[in-house]
Amino acid sequence: MSKVAIIGVGQSSFVRGYPGSIRELAFEAYTEAMNDAELSNEQIGATIVCSAPEYDKQRSPAGVIAEYCGLNPQPTFYTESLCCSSTTGLRLAHAMVSGGMHESVMVLGFQKMSEITSAESQERMGRGADIQWESPFGTMMPAYYAMFAQGYLSQYGASEEDLALIRVKAATYGQLNERAVYRKPVELAQCLSADPVASPLKVFDCCANADGSSCIIVAGEDKVKQWGIKQPVWIKGIGSASAPVNLALRESFSSFAAATEAGRQAYAMAGIGPRDIDVAEVHDCFTIAEMLAYEDLGFAPRGGGPELIRAKQTYKDGSIPVNVDGGLLSKGHPIGATGGSQIRTIVLQLRGKAGDIQVKNPEFGLVHNMGGVGIYGNVVILGS
Amino acid sequence: MSGHKKPEADRRFARFGTVSFTATSKVNDFIDYLEDGQVCGTKCRTCGAVFFPPRAQCFKCRDQAAIEWFQVSGSGKLATFSELKYAPTGFGGDLPYAIAVLDMGEYKLFGRIGYVPLDEVRVGMELVPQAHQLPDGQIIYVFNRP
Ligand SMILES: [Zn+2]
Repeated sequence: MSKVAIIGVGQSSFVRGYPGSIRELAFEAYTEAMNDAELSNEQIGATIVCSAPEYDKQRSPAGVIAEYCGLNPQPTFYTESLCCSSTTGLRLAHAMVSGGMHESVMVLGFQKMSEITSAESQERMGRGADIQWESPFGTMMPAYYAMFAQGYLSQYGASEEDLALIRVKAATYGQLNERAVYRKPVELAQCLSADPVASPLKVFDCCANADGSSCIIVAGEDKVKQWGIKQPVWIKGIGSASAPVNLALRESFSSFAAATEAGRQAYAMAGIGPRDIDVAEVHDCFTIAEMLAYEDLGFAPRGGGPELIRAKQTYKDGSIPVNVDGGLLSKGHPIGATGGSQIRTIVLQLRGKAGDIQVKNPEFGLVHNMGGVGIYGNVVILGS
Repeated sequence: MSGHKKPEADRRFARFGTVSFTATSKVNDFIDYLEDGQVCGTKCRTCGAVFFPPRAQCFKCRDQAAIEWFQVSGSGKLATFSELKYAPTGFGGDLPYAIAVLDMGEYKLFGRIGYVPLDEVRVGMELVPQAHQLPDGQIIYVFNRP
């Protein structure tokens, strides 16, 4: 397999109620990534558009967005794996470039969650998983993650306070991120006394919905040289896995098998281990999700996640900084754009251009992006 | 065109749950068993695979003809649960309620906590799955104390 680099990254602000259409939202990330890579449209070989279709009114959005960005006649298509759609797009882009089908590919993720009414969203929420065997009992995304929180806390004797510490960290950095939807500080006591959503998760354990877009451009080694790309960031490892949708078919309620397996693949391909990672972005749609990620990725042993956050080891100056851009808990979670936003953060870190949240001389960065309640898992390792 | 009548659809599965999102399935007999008070899974006679939720097609040996029903019996251990404070459309009248996974050993069930007071529910407690008729004619199964 030939080497593949990320040569351009872009992201819109993540906001509540974007005052424009989906094509205009997607254009914001597109234009930033194109300016970043200093490319013209003729240099893009294909576009992969990523979102979660339950929020889209537009059918088959790839065509509309490619047209609006001036990316005809190159091929464009759509990919979806819920909340990790855009890292699935990146996996496809990697395969197309390393396999020689295209010299460069754009991965354009977006979600305008405010496109549908809250009543429509309330109705779709109940159909988030197995509609034949789970939804008839009255299920919701927070309750599924809450079941993993309950399983984890029961198994390891961890506390709701351990989960709240993750939100406090997220808010510490969310305040610094101009593109985050939630930028206020959050105190521990505030988290613990917040209204319950689905036990044991409370309001501050959950990320907010947001509208947003992200754009990642990849290219092969030849083009990186030919186009004079100044700071390419290389894809060193890329892993992907799936797990049963229905929780009745899961082995564990204190880990995600798809994340663990995707991580194993990514580390093996990169030829490194968890200790070599200098900065990470993990999928923290709920506080418990970040806790499980610490252990699924090997940053902590099983049951050792609480100790990691209590000792502030995942803060910017800790042994393994995690989500120092505020994470989804602060940034918001525009489903199809989320993975691309995580990739962008790590690319900026590896270029040394992350500003206030820059960690010291990172060599390897990791992105962990999950779809559904651990149904789909993608792990990407990047290196400068 | 032709005088053929469209075969009448078997919509028994539309009765499953407070709100059902599936009307027709190859395992519609599940609803009849539930009506008789039995929670049932399926077993493949060819390779011995046991399925819950039940299925009529075996992915292990790809046999579709040799599936038979079995009754879920005995108690299981509560693997995890969550009590909801908000509900999706159509479930608001059920609040507060808890969804849960019951581990029967050979297989697990995703369902709902029944008559156990929610402040007494603990991971690891012993519960039994039971058929449960709803007032409007819908039917589910819930987990109760043995
Ligand atoms: Zn079989």
